[in-house]
Amino acid sequence: MSLLIKRGKIVDPASGCEEVLDIFVQGEYIRKIGENIKSPAKEIIDAEGKIVLPGLVDMHTHLRQPGREDEETIQTGTFAAARGGFTTVCCMPNTTPTIDTPAVTDYIYREAKRSGVVEVFPIAAITVGQKGERLCEMGRLKKAGAVGFSDDGYWVVDSNLMRRAFEYAKMVNLPLISHCEDPYLSRGGCMNEGYWSTVLGFPGIPQEAEEIAVFRDISLLRLTNSRLHIAHISTRGAVELVKSAKEEGLNLTAEVTPHHIALSDEEVKTFNTNTKVNPPLRTREDIEVLKNALKDGVIDVIATDHAPHAQQEKELEYSQAPFGVTGLETALGIVIKELVEPGVLTLKEAVAKLTINPSQILGIDRGRIMEGGIANLAIVDLSRVWEVKENEFFSLSRNSPFIGWKLPAKVEFTIFKGKVVYSQQIEVKVRGRW
Amino acid sequence: MRFERKDLLDLRSLSAEEINLILNTAASFREVLERPIKKVPTLRGKTIANLFFEPSTRTRLSFELSAKRLNADIVNFSSSTSSVLKGESLLDTARNIVAMKVDALVVRHSSPGVSHFLAQKLPVSIINAGDGAHEHPTQGLLDLYSIRERKGNIANLNVAIIGDIAHSRVARSDIWGLNKMGARVRVCGPPTLIPKDIEKLGVELTYSIEEALLDCDVVIMLRIQRERQKVSLVPSLQEYRDFFSLNREKLKLAKPDVLIMHPGPVNRGVEIPAKIADSRQSIILNQVTNGIAVRMAVLYLLLVHSSR
Repeated sequence: MSLLIKRGKIVDPASGCEEVLDIFVQGEYIRKIGENIKSPAKEIIDAEGKIVLPGLVDMHTHLRQPGREDEETIQTGTFAAARGGFTTVCCMPNTTPTIDTPAVTDYIYREAKRSGVVEVFPIAAITVGQKGERLCEMGRLKKAGAVGFSDDGYWVVDSNLMRRAFEYAKMVNLPLISHCEDPYLSRGGCMNEGYWSTVLGFPGIPQEAEEIAVFRDISLLRLTNSRLHIAHISTRGAVELVKSAKEEGLNLTAEVTPHHIALSDEEVKTFNTNTKVNPPLRTREDIEVLKNALKDGVIDVIATDHAPHAQQEKELEYSQAPFGVTGLETALGIVIKELVEPGVLTLKEAVAKLTINPSQILGIDRGRIMEGGIANLAIVDLSRVWEVKENEFFSLSRNSPFIGWKLPAKVEFTIFKGKVVYSQQIEVKVRGRW
Repeated sequence: MRFERKDLLDLRSLSAEEINLILNTAASFREVLERPIKKVPTLRGKTIANLFFEPSTRTRLSFELSAKRLNADIVNFSSSTSSVLKGESLLDTARNIVAMKVDALVVRHSSPGVSHFLAQKLPVSIINAGDGAHEHPTQGLLDLYSIRERKGNIANLNVAIIGDIAHSRVARSDIWGLNKMGARVRVCGPPTLIPKDIEKLGVELTYSIEEALLDCDVVIMLRIQRERQKVSLVPSLQEYRDFFSLNREKLKLAKPDVLIMHPGPVNRGVEIPAKIADSRQSIILNQVTNGIAVRMAVLYLLLVHSSR
């Protein structure tokens, strides 16, 4: 197999490259990057006028397999990833059974190889069954391929246990990814507490539920000198805590989701259950702070928190519907529309937060374009506007708050290990297959 | 003007003109209720279903009688358990009832937004009969009607709403309605029962009932539910009574012709002593009567008047 990508503008934040060059791919690897490459190739993609990015890396995905294959499978989730330009997704452990043993970790790898179209790195649980009671076998889990630890969906409430987790994780040199939420303070809440929860009569989740948790985790990080990654940061106060901890020199990073950037809690007034996410959509003021934090580098990563839910689960009373929205297929478009087009981030800065930054946090050799490197690429037409349509998702679920939105940056090709895993042809073939 | 809506979901989105239209329409139906034969043929051939997913006697009966006074057919569906637990989704339940060819659904549910959700999904008129702590628009309208009936006008009145504001859909509908009609609204209750940023709805906030009552033209007392003490929202009902119950002494702070209102059901002896609930200033039962006229008006405007 060989593939020649002609005249695309490479945007590779890892190397700083932003040039129009050809890329010659042979087998799974990039053989050559240069001007006017003449090597004969089986397949040629004319990328003139397009940008060529490292395959995007999502460090926060829910693939639902094993256990909830009616919502998403590794196959459908990786197809959705490919459609969104992602070639690497890191799946969260809240499956059934939980990813908390080497056997389940191994299952994810094998299933991804068997049915996936891009690669999947599992994130294992911090505590057995995500119950917050006993530490997982972090050493054996790392050997089985876990790239990080998280009880995502739950905060580890027991501070002593979390301290041990921080300490032990140093041995395997992997970060703890913390879902920061004081469950007592957030109990019963469906949306951000503030003007809109008061208007709509919903029990609110105060911003402090997140901030108390972030503060404690930073305190334990200081105590243990370990590594911490804050998942889906959403409030002004949490950003300030991360900023000052970074200034102090602590080893921590943070991510934000596209939906927390694009949507405020006012959207809940539609009672569309696709505005129900955890952490909840926050205020416009929070969004401004999040944008500045992205710009200043306080927030390192943009991650989707892709959380597929079956239609019948979301087509309910708002208070009964589960939290979460899909995100893999809309993430890049939202990032370009909300962050790059308004000038909050340069294209290169935005791409870094979707590629090299998450790769470095998880210690995986991904998210860059270089000779000899794995040929994971996304070819994107920045100016091609497309409409997000409910019946066109590759994901098995359709719980997107962006249905009906017109987004820029259409992904035209996604290439995983030298093979085209998304293109217009594949779009037509896959659409409506499940 | 015409009432160009499919549904009545909340007072927040209604204009003052629309509210006036409903109140004026209600006034003409109010007269029907005083006739020996309390029935007009306005909605003959129309079918309305009450969908009550939460226990209610007053509101359900009120809608039922309103429909009957207008000659509509009305059927009742009540379920105290969540439809989810029963195994059928709310939407499926509603779709099934709509498939039986009804013209309107009157919906009561404990979750905010249920009426809005159904209104988006279904072609029939939806009337919100209370959705969680969100809104109870017909209660808000009947409160406006009752105030206007006694005071002649709503603009520039001082209205105090006292009690559990956080969990009250009536408070929210009253606040929107009163504000749109030009009243000055104060809310009062213990801080644990006041939702965040309530002042941004255009009300004054005080934790002191004396302050709330000062020069008041209308006082709306809200029910305090016994369950609130279990989750430490109030330490005890006794303490709540000491601080937030009306009494003769406190009432002296209000204007002499102050109206006392309550959406019911009343906890006599908790938020309001029996003597005051039954006093000449209390219009609690007038509210109930006016509720029929207001609901007749709403049904008429949605099902007949609207050119939709």
